[in-house]
Amino acid sequence: MSEYILEMNHITKEFSGVKALDDVNLKVRKGEIMAICGENGAGKSTLMNVLSGVYPYGEYSGDIVYNGEICKFHNIRESEAKGIVIIHQELALSPYLSVAENVFIGNERLAGKGVIDWTATRREAQELLARVGLEDENVNVPVNSLGVGKQQLIEIAKALGKKADLLILDEPTAALNDRESAQLLELMLQLKAQGLTCIIISHKLNEISYVADSITIIRDGHTIETLHKGKDDFSEDRIIKGMVGRELTNRYPKREDCPIGDVIFEVKDWTVYHPDDSERKVLDNVNIQVRAGEVVGLAGLMGAGRTELAMSLFGHAYGQKISGSVKINGKEVQMKSVKEAIDNKLAYVHEDRKTFGLILIDSIKRNMSLSALNNFFSKKGVVDREKEVIKAEEYRKRINVKTTSVDQAVGSLSGGNQQKVVLAKWMLTEPDVLILDEPTRGVDVGAKYEIYCVINELAKAGKAVIVISSEMPEIIGTCDRTYVINEGEIAGELSGDEITQEAIMSCIMAHNRKE
Amino acid sequence: MSNNSKTSQLKKAGSGLGQYGIMIMLVAVYILFAFITGGKNLTPMNINNLIMQNGYVVILAVGMLLCVLTGNIDLGVGSVVASCGAVAGTLIIDLGWSTPMAMLGALAVGALFGVFVGFFVAYLDIPPFIVTLGTMLMGRGLCYVILQAQTKGPLPESYNWIGTGFLPVIRVGEGSLNAGKGVDLLCLIVAAVFCAMLILNEMKSRATAKRNNLPMAPVWQSIAKNAVLVGIICFFFWKLACYNGIPVVLILMGVLVAVYHFITTRTVAGRQIYAMGGNAKAARLSGINTKKVFFWVYTNMGILSAVAGIVLSARNQSATPKAGDGFEMDAIASCYIGGAATSGGVGTIVGAVVGAFIMGILNNGMSLAGYDTNVQKIVKGCVLLGAVTFDLLSKRKKK
Repeated sequence: MSEYILEMNHITKEFSGVKALDDVNLKVRKGEIMAICGENGAGKSTLMNVLSGVYPYGEYSGDIVYNGEICKFHNIRESEAKGIVIIHQELALSPYLSVAENVFIGNERLAGKGVIDWTATRREAQELLARVGLEDENVNVPVNSLGVGKQQLIEIAKALGKKADLLILDEPTAALNDRESAQLLELMLQLKAQGLTCIIISHKLNEISYVADSITIIRDGHTIETLHKGKDDFSEDRIIKGMVGRELTNRYPKREDCPIGDVIFEVKDWTVYHPDDSERKVLDNVNIQVRAGEVVGLAGLMGAGRTELAMSLFGHAYGQKISGSVKINGKEVQMKSVKEAIDNKLAYVHEDRKTFGLILIDSIKRNMSLSALNNFFSKKGVVDREKEVIKAEEYRKRINVKTTSVDQAVGSLSGGNQQKVVLAKWMLTEPDVLILDEPTRGVDVGAKYEIYCVINELAKAGKAVIVISSEMPEIIGTCDRTYVINEGEIAGELSGDEITQEAIMSCIMAHNRKE
Repeated sequence: MSNNSKTSQLKKAGSGLGQYGIMIMLVAVYILFAFITGGKNLTPMNINNLIMQNGYVVILAVGMLLCVLTGNIDLGVGSVVASCGAVAGTLIIDLGWSTPMAMLGALAVGALFGVFVGFFVAYLDIPPFIVTLGTMLMGRGLCYVILQAQTKGPLPESYNWIGTGFLPVIRVGEGSLNAGKGVDLLCLIVAAVFCAMLILNEMKSRATAKRNNLPMAPVWQSIAKNAVLVGIICFFFWKLACYNGIPVVLILMGVLVAVYHFITTRTVAGRQIYAMGGNAKAARLSGINTKKVFFWVYTNMGILSAVAGIVLSARNQSATPKAGDGFEMDAIASCYIGGAATSGGVGTIVGAVVGAFIMGILNNGMSLAGYDTNVQKIVKGCVLLGAVTFDLLSKRKKK
């Protein structure tokens, strides 16, 4: 038997003609922790979905060799039966069921056919919890009474209950605080000592260099390289170099002949409280200004309050007890509903286009016109369908949505093309100020470039553009100036060449120390 | 012509045919029963009965479609129908109100029911299923209380006219109309106007498409489609002309269907309902006041229930506490047979109306063929399940 527990050879997976994975090779040794690194949309999750049978055998090409035999998984059950268990970023726990029930969900301890053996369930759940360091927890309480960190550990206990030999963790620490993250990493090392093999996907490179034995880097659907501990350089810079792989400059189109004008968007002393908790301040005294023709970034970590800022500005779509003032084109405006925000020439492109941006079952043309129906596409409440189809065609060509007809359902388009439709939808409201929240999330590289071109075009047309992004290179590549937001406050402001990953991070660190 | 535009043209044409699948089904069911009943369902009198018996279900289906578009249903419809009939009957017989005032009173009660449901659904966020389950019980109880569990009648001629009356007839030919020797000219004129409007509309939309260089279905398809529709209209009105002319219910129904078809296909308000049903969160962030949409959809359902209640009591010439029993289910079934999606955002007024008529033709045909009502229910259940299953499976295949 070979030293590898898993070999994935020449894996290629296409989504409606776009290759998400192209000849990917992955070799995992028995008993090691392998990290998979790559930018958003590089293909990490797709690869894991191929491995665990979410994309069944036949929908991809290439071989999966597990424990020396070629596997053809048709669903998750088949891969789990072989001992491959995946823990997704979003927890798959049933909140009102007890800890013990959750640990054995889909894998129940049975006393007879279809009858649950509660004694065994509780006893074995207790044993599994002990293995993940939760020996003091009561297995009878509902799982939602525990914190996210403990819930994550329960997911691992659940995986161990399925007799996992290969555990895949997708961004396991994304929702955890530092202490919980450290605990989880220690647990991974313990489990490794017990002989378990792990694959971890994470953006937190410091965690990866600490815990991993080898790192495979994926970029644009290709495996780039595999680094081994002790043999190769494991520093974050080295990993980033592999992930990015080329000069940053050619990923972002230059913005030329774009004069910056007067301040047209000004937010003063913006304070917002959490919608469910009137005592909790989410944003505290935020002040920002954006000029015509300027692209301004909002950088910060996940949960810093950037989306909350944008949504509360956009017609109070988020939060309560909102105070502060907004000036657009020098005039103070009241925006208490989304409609008022649209009427005041503000547009907001949400980070989650499928849930908050598009009507997936509806056509491209009707999605594009939706926000502008009242102001531009109707007379006395009757839709001007001719104008609608003409404008939709115009924007389809202008921002290059790859489709045969504007009557096609948006849900059938690729992520990049869907994003373009959302952009067109908000451009059609003829805004002066646009807030783009994660405008290239889950978008392939080619479409990203086109979206950056659209941003440049908007700036050239004299709009004020605000870009919210968790990808720092994107902020660096597209923005004239950026605010750094941390824990609901402005932690700093950087412009021009000052904007670097180090400068943004040190703003956040300095602000954290001040707290 | 480039290859690209050709494929898109075909795609669009294909979906156009799919939309008319339901129409084809309607005709097929009708012809099937023509064989089973030995042509009994083809008689002028039966055509007239079809309209009169199904008028209120069509009116309810129109309102219900809007609820279904939001991804919900209204279970209280049948009870509201009965309550509104009861109110109208009591106002006329016990309190001596005039017919128009009593009708307004019934409409007001229906609107009140609608506002009540709309308030709970839109502003208190209570699931429509629960709220309308509540109004279903409340409305039925209220109706028994108002009528003291007895039938109230007979209602005056002026009131009954809306459910049983006909437009004035212009006799052409010899002898009495009912003997089939003469026909009503008004019917024929209306039919001719309808056909002309249909053809002009098709020509206009083709002209618009051509002017903007948009894809359109091939000419033969347009012609075939319109020829079938013209055929149906002519057949239908000819039969009516041979009987008593145009029933008042038909006019009421026609106007409502036309108005709501316009609202759903051409107005901003209609778009907002579809958008909200397709994705409420995205609709809200597109500037749509989803609470307002919800409120008006349910208020509208209340008002249309009142209209149906008036028509039903007028046809029965009395108000009975059992009236409208199970109508909500017929209306809901009509929408789903007509291609609406349970998840919301998909469905058309025309589809719902055709769905209602398919159910009506089944009922009518089976009655004529001598099946009892229990067998009718079994068949209706099978048709509903079959139609929706076929629709969903064929959509899945396309993907």
